[in-house]
Amino acid sequence: MKPFTYEKPRTPAEAAAATARHPGAKFIAGGTNLLDLMKLEIEAPGHLIDVNGLGFDQIEATPEGGLGIGALVRNTDLAADERVRRDYAVLSRALLAGASGQLRNAATTAGNLLQRTRCPYFYDTNQPCNKRQPGTGCGAIGGVNRQHAILGSSTACIATHPSDMAVAMRVLDATIQTVRADGATRRIPIADFYRLPGDTPNVENTLQPGELITHVTLPKPVGGAHVYYKVRDRSSYAFALVSVAAIVQRDGTGRVALGGVAHMPWRIEAAEAELPQGAKAVATKLLAGAKPTEHNAFKVPLVERTLAAALLEAKG
Amino acid sequence: MKFDTPATTNPIDQLKVIGKPTDRIDGPHKTTGTARYAYEHHEEVPNAVYGHVIGAAIAKGRIASIDLSAAKAAPGVLGIVTAENAGKLGKGEFNTAKLLGGPAIDHYHQAIALVVAQTFEQAVAAAQLVRVKYERSEGKFDLAAVKDTGVKPKPGLGGASDTAVGDFAGAFAAAPMQFDATYTTPDQSHAMIEPHASIAKWEGDKLTVWTSNQMIAWSVGDLAKTLGIPKENVRLISPYIGGGFGGKLFLRADALLAALGARAVRRPVKVALHRPLVTNNTTHRPATIQRIRFGATKDGKLTAIGHESWSGDLPEGAPETAVGQTRLLYAGANRMTAMRLAVLDLPEGNAMRAPGEAPGLMALEIAMDEMAEKLGLDPIKFRILNDTQVDPEKPERPFSQRNLTECLRTGAEKFGWKQRNPKPAQTRDGRWMIGTGVAAAFRNSLSMKSAARVRLDNRGMVTVETDMTDIGTGSYTIIAQTAAEMMGVPLAQVVVKLGDSQFPVSCGSGGQWGAHNSTGGVFAACTKLREAVAKKLGLDAKTAVFADGHVSAGGRSVPLGQAAGPAGLVAEDAIEYGDLDKKSQLSTFGAHFVEVGVNAATGETRIRRMLAVCAAGRILNPKSARSQVIGAMTMGAGAALMEELAVDKRAGFFVNHDLAGYEVPVHADIPHQEVIFLDETDPMSSPMKAKGVGELGICGVAAAVANAIYHATGARVRDYPITLDKLLGHLPPVA
Repeated sequence: MKPFTYEKPRTPAEAAAATARHPGAKFIAGGTNLLDLMKLEIEAPGHLIDVNGLGFDQIEATPEGGLGIGALVRNTDLAADERVRRDYAVLSRALLAGASGQLRNAATTAGNLLQRTRCPYFYDTNQPCNKRQPGTGCGAIGGVNRQHAILGSSTACIATHPSDMAVAMRVLDATIQTVRADGATRRIPIADFYRLPGDTPNVENTLQPGELITHVTLPKPVGGAHVYYKVRDRSSYAFALVSVAAIVQRDGTGRVALGGVAHMPWRIEAAEAELPQGAKAVATKLLAGAKPTEHNAFKVPLVERTLAAALLEAKG
Repeated sequence: MKFDTPATTNPIDQLKVIGKPTDRIDGPHKTTGTARYAYEHHEEVPNAVYGHVIGAAIAKGRIASIDLSAAKAAPGVLGIVTAENAGKLGKGEFNTAKLLGGPAIDHYHQAIALVVAQTFEQAVAAAQLVRVKYERSEGKFDLAAVKDTGVKPKPGLGGASDTAVGDFAGAFAAAPMQFDATYTTPDQSHAMIEPHASIAKWEGDKLTVWTSNQMIAWSVGDLAKTLGIPKENVRLISPYIGGGFGGKLFLRADALLAALGARAVRRPVKVALHRPLVTNNTTHRPATIQRIRFGATKDGKLTAIGHESWSGDLPEGAPETAVGQTRLLYAGANRMTAMRLAVLDLPEGNAMRAPGEAPGLMALEIAMDEMAEKLGLDPIKFRILNDTQVDPEKPERPFSQRNLTECLRTGAEKFGWKQRNPKPAQTRDGRWMIGTGVAAAFRNSLSMKSAARVRLDNRGMVTVETDMTDIGTGSYTIIAQTAAEMMGVPLAQVVVKLGDSQFPVSCGSGGQWGAHNSTGGVFAACTKLREAVAKKLGLDAKTAVFADGHVSAGGRSVPLGQAAGPAGLVAEDAIEYGDLDKKSQLSTFGAHFVEVGVNAATGETRIRRMLAVCAAGRILNPKSARSQVIGAMTMGAGAALMEELAVDKRAGFFVNHDLAGYEVPVHADIPHQEVIFLDETDPMSSPMKAKGVGELGICGVAAAVANAIYHATGARVRDYPITLDKLLGHLPPVA
């Protein structure tokens, strides 16, 4: 770990000022991912801005009938919130499918969105990785890549986004609210938040330097049956091979997003029109252009089969 | 004490303390954090500084140059040890590759430097400033690709490379029922919780190392040999060990580099391997490719048994002895086994819990299931039909005890085997496809010399000292039980001190030989102490009774404390073995039963029930023995379903080198586990009439899981681990 300086501002304005003073600074909240990465010197910020004192820790109804979730709400608290469990059950289930009780107690809503890939080549600083060190190549292409992406990958990077929560947020059409260093706020639909790796897999989302997530807003509840179906090699504390977040209405229409298959939660609204036709039709559209690797061709049939299981569960 | 005739009645047979389910006497220390592990000896060594190990970034080649200047100038840095400045180093008997590499690099993450600094953070930060230029050379990293270059390995702990009895080829060719299949098992990591760690301190030319090590005497020898100093100048202290599973049998880089670092900076130095180094710097269980052939009569008698195994290791390394159990498990007049060893430039392969038998049975016990099905026989019946009471390769040697059949029958009864539909893929529970499987368990019981010293003081307290280790197995407790039984005192009157090379040399912990040999050594020392007590009081040692804290004979009864007197009494002895283990075969047996559910949509396997029935001689402490067996069953479940070190065949290293990437079972993966110990004593094993169970518990488990998955789905997977991707193509269509 490289030596770094640290401060804990009390207001968003102070935090903004801190980012202006310290280019390359990182925000830290739960630290469940950042500290690991700093110990391995994959992240080496010279300055840490601890945002835990900024508030943003409430879950509140919005005037539009939705739910505003503070960026610092812990995963455990979000999963347990009565409104979330009742109206956005897919989110509660996705949260509980992730990490461990201890990690969920520390991890925050914004931190969960921003967690970095678990690609082992990203984590081993002896190995090439375009995401960690642009231009060095990708160790996972042609290496061990059973966990990796089958959709939206590039010749520079085949990493996946590891979050379960983000997959549920995607299917719920969440909006990410931020404040920039200059104090300006903006709202980013989650569909526009994540980036595919392309030639710059080191750039993972559309946040600007110094931009801080303050809230994640959920629109009015859409009803329906909520399912989060996560497939993994052991029963807990493992990242998804494939996951399916689905909201299915009584008439068979609905929404679906995938985790574990791409650099971002994977949702194609056009595919959802096929939901009444069943899993195969939806999967065919979701998987259009899939490029499996040497070790993960199984994810293609697994998506369809998991989707089928999720739809069956939604029917009750 | 020479143990060369079968045990007769002795004080252990009283079973006042031995054989009782006894809580760990070290339990309160562990649960309150007062049991100090290798990295935690702050009181003994308050002024230690911190060493951080740098592992090689390539798998094979040379260090072209190494630039320490920036690192040396970093804050807090006290010194940096490399092969260039460490002085002349020897190589230990038990490690294959050098523990401090350079300029030649033999495997990925081989240690190439130790950065020593005032704080841990400074050492880690400075390590990043060490600039190393490498020259890579081509290596061999793919077992399947080099398999056919394998040669006959030198005979070792697993016996000869090849054995043959009768005419295997002829009998196999002539057999009306034939079976021939190939299986693979992957590289596996010990993945113990406590990483390898050591604190080293020099006083003049005397070295003390607080470490985490299963075999104190082996590692004293190898540390002295590597440093080129007399053994007498090395003291190892390892009272508590946070898991070993064979990964801590030997001297490793943490202890050597702590010693070299402490010598270089003239301060005590502490070193823990960070998690990725535990995987690629230390040892692992090597992958195997195994071919099994059976010939049988139509009614299911095996006439030909062939088992070949291929594995790889660094040059001068050793094979995974996966054919060992096949030499002993089933009858059959014509048989052959063979092991071949190829050179691989992956990290060093070595022992992991039940080396040989664990991967060997992963293959053999699937093959038995497959052959039973081919014959139309119940798999339990088929095994019983081919049971033997003598060493099948040397029929003049009987087994000392062999209750395999009883294990299978008891387990079948308890598990409800009778209700099983023999046809696969017939039972559903909602979306789960249900299946049950069975496998035999087999692990040899080894006789090893083991010594102990026993002290009796004037309060009647009995103190046992031996360099035996407790790697979580319960050694402290069974040693205390043995001394309490022998001296006729309550457990609370016994103090046990372990893991210090100043104590008499024990058998150590490995190969499930710890329980019966280490307590055998304590039995021998206590026998001598009883003689000393009797002699001091002028009593007849043969008829003296030790009970309730007193020694009594000829109408006299004296409290032990009074007998010891102010000076106390001390006795030391070792258990040593004759040729009983040559005349008869000492082994442990068991049967594993498993029920699984396989998700019909996704292929995820969840274990629903597990039962082990074990026949392993006298069970010294049913509570800690059960813990050993359920832990081993859990490890077997991991081997079946998820554990695999993933090899990058280009760069030559294990990619998933942390506990997020190398998955072992979590609590949610393991159902209620039931363990039954058959009531058995084995007078050929030791005066304790006991044998080990810690490795028996893993033997066969993975095959029982594999057989249950087959029974659930009809899909036969011969390549471990049985992850869902290997089942997907065999599952029913989804709607």
